[in-house]
Amino acid sequence: MRFLFKTDYEDDIRLFPHSGYVASYGLLLAVLLIAPYVLSSYLMSQLVFVCIYATVGVALMILTGFTGQASLGHAAFLAIGAYTAAYLQKYNVPFPVYFLAAGVLTGCIGALVGFPALRLQGIYLVIATISFAFIVEEILARWESVTNGNEGLRVKAVSLLGVTVSRDSPTFYFLCLAVLVLTIVGTLNLLRSPTGRAFVAIRDSETAARSMGVNVALYKVKSFAISAAITGFAGVLFAHKLSFISPEMFTLQLSIEFIMVILIGGTFSLHGAVLGAIFIVMIDPFLTYLKDDMPGIIAGIAATFGAGTATAANIQSKVAAFASLNGLKGAIYGIIIMLFVLFEPLGIYGRWLKIKLFFQLFPLYKRATFKRQKIYVKSERNR
Amino acid sequence: MLDFVQQLVSGVALGCVYGLIALGFVLVYKATEVVNFAQGDLMMLGGFFAFTFIGMMGLNYWIGFAGAVAAMALFGMLAERIVVRPILGYPQFSIIMATIGLGYFLRSVAGMIWGTDDFKIETPFSQGVLRIGSLVLAHDKLSVIAATVILCALLWLFFNKTTLGTAMRASSENMLAAYYMGIPVKRVVSIVWAISAAVATCAGVLLAPITFIHSNVGLVLGLKAFPAAVLGGFGSIPGAVVGGVLIGVIESMAGFYLAEGWKDVAPYLVLLAVLLLKPEGLFGLHARKKV
Repeated sequence: MRFLFKTDYEDDIRLFPHSGYVASYGLLLAVLLIAPYVLSSYLMSQLVFVCIYATVGVALMILTGFTGQASLGHAAFLAIGAYTAAYLQKYNVPFPVYFLAAGVLTGCIGALVGFPALRLQGIYLVIATISFAFIVEEILARWESVTNGNEGLRVKAVSLLGVTVSRDSPTFYFLCLAVLVLTIVGTLNLLRSPTGRAFVAIRDSETAARSMGVNVALYKVKSFAISAAITGFAGVLFAHKLSFISPEMFTLQLSIEFIMVILIGGTFSLHGAVLGAIFIVMIDPFLTYLKDDMPGIIAGIAATFGAGTATAANIQSKVAAFASLNGLKGAIYGIIIMLFVLFEPLGIYGRWLKIKLFFQLFPLYKRATFKRQKIYVKSERNR
Repeated sequence: MLDFVQQLVSGVALGCVYGLIALGFVLVYKATEVVNFAQGDLMMLGGFFAFTFIGMMGLNYWIGFAGAVAAMALFGMLAERIVVRPILGYPQFSIIMATIGLGYFLRSVAGMIWGTDDFKIETPFSQGVLRIGSLVLAHDKLSVIAATVILCALLWLFFNKTTLGTAMRASSENMLAAYYMGIPVKRVVSIVWAISAAVATCAGVLLAPITFIHSNVGLVLGLKAFPAAVLGGFGSIPGAVVGGVLIGVIESMAGFYLAEGWKDVAPYLVLLAVLLLKPEGLFGLHARKKV
């Protein structure tokens, strides 16, 4: 176990606490940079989605994970970013300009949503953000002069410095990766600044934060605006990646997926946003893989345990029929959410920390280290 | 004028369904401070149970209705035991996510079992109409209104006049203190979930003749019931029904008098306005932590 000897505050807020971090993140970055020349085009495409989802995850992490304000309306912010890009692109606005414009506009709308959210908390805030997302979805479907209604909008490829960047090219992947890395570094810097400390203080106790002189209203609105702006940036990339956007892409379902990203990753660290994004994006191809290969594997297992050829074939067709049932994916999603909330509330990154601590403290690790406090009193829940 | 009354009645009937779903939210919220996002899906499942008993097995309407309510009450207890009890006392957000997951699961499983078609339950009220002058009121809509009023009154009496109801309110305030006073908090929570699933089933069965039962009906109506619950003030039984009726009327008026598209947005606009101006709702109490 490594003990860090900190002598001043600068040591405490360092981005890389020791050289091990530099080495491991450098290695990760190197792997990510050579990835497009190694991986198949399908996996590359998934990796681009991982970058986009992780960017949204980081945005949501600022709001939900660090400021404690739950939002089930982030699909709407993504939609605003995507539509801003698509609309401005029609008028030949260059990419950097509409990229920034999308972020600024989404940020302003985020701040506007933040104002009513000041008086709300917990369940009311969740409901308010859901309503906001519904209203945005309806506006997108009805404001046909700008959004082309339910028919959707085509989005042309990015044109950067006169070069057209196709959505499947490695350059587009690097663009998404750059946005993600910049977002993460920016967020880390934000979180170690007074603003970030104010966010965390509000999350932990609004009353305490207020009595310590934190302007709760200002920081909540700031948190909403920053989170929305980052989601808007991700929306631009999302629109370019899909090359076609329509209102039914930005439903409550997508907002729930974003919440799942941080919930599954772990709601207390930016690592969680990335890990959760990988999980959410890769679960789809993984389920397809299971659906295609599982029947054969199970039949093979049945055959090795002495089932006849006819029985094995029968089992195979039954499993295949079950796997291709409509809606099985939704059921699996539901089960995953419930399992994580019930058994792994700290998410994948929490599990990693537990495993790490287990080996660091061996044999002194105890489960209670990560036990959360239960609150049974109503007045304690009103923060 | 006639159009207006007609719209008003169908709005009230629709609103009563929202109110019944909102009642489910409110019951669970009152007793445990938990918001059940799967309430609409419980309603959908109740509708499917009733459809199985009445439409597929050919039972009498009332027997099938009672059977579905009983089955769903058991199911509600089961869901509480598995999904909610282990995380009671944790931040609200965990429970919201768990019930969203439960909703996903129920919707998909119902889709797998009963398919994605629309189903209709034949009820004794399906055919008849009540004529008052030139006003035509369908019996199925009136049945929803009557059932809502009765259920609301019963539940209000239950919560305010019986020992068990008092125990439920106590455990909502402070589970630990309630437990020390000899209230079996776990069983109380379990019973609340049973009641709320039963109320949801009533909503589902009554709704079946108006909107058909399909696996997504819970999501659509469940989300409309939120504005109802918030408008009435989360935690107030009459409030849920009044809120539901108001939302239903607003929606049906917006559909009739305003341009297309307003109908779906109106409930949420009202909701946002309420949250902005009077977050505690019409009948709710505002609680603030005292330091």
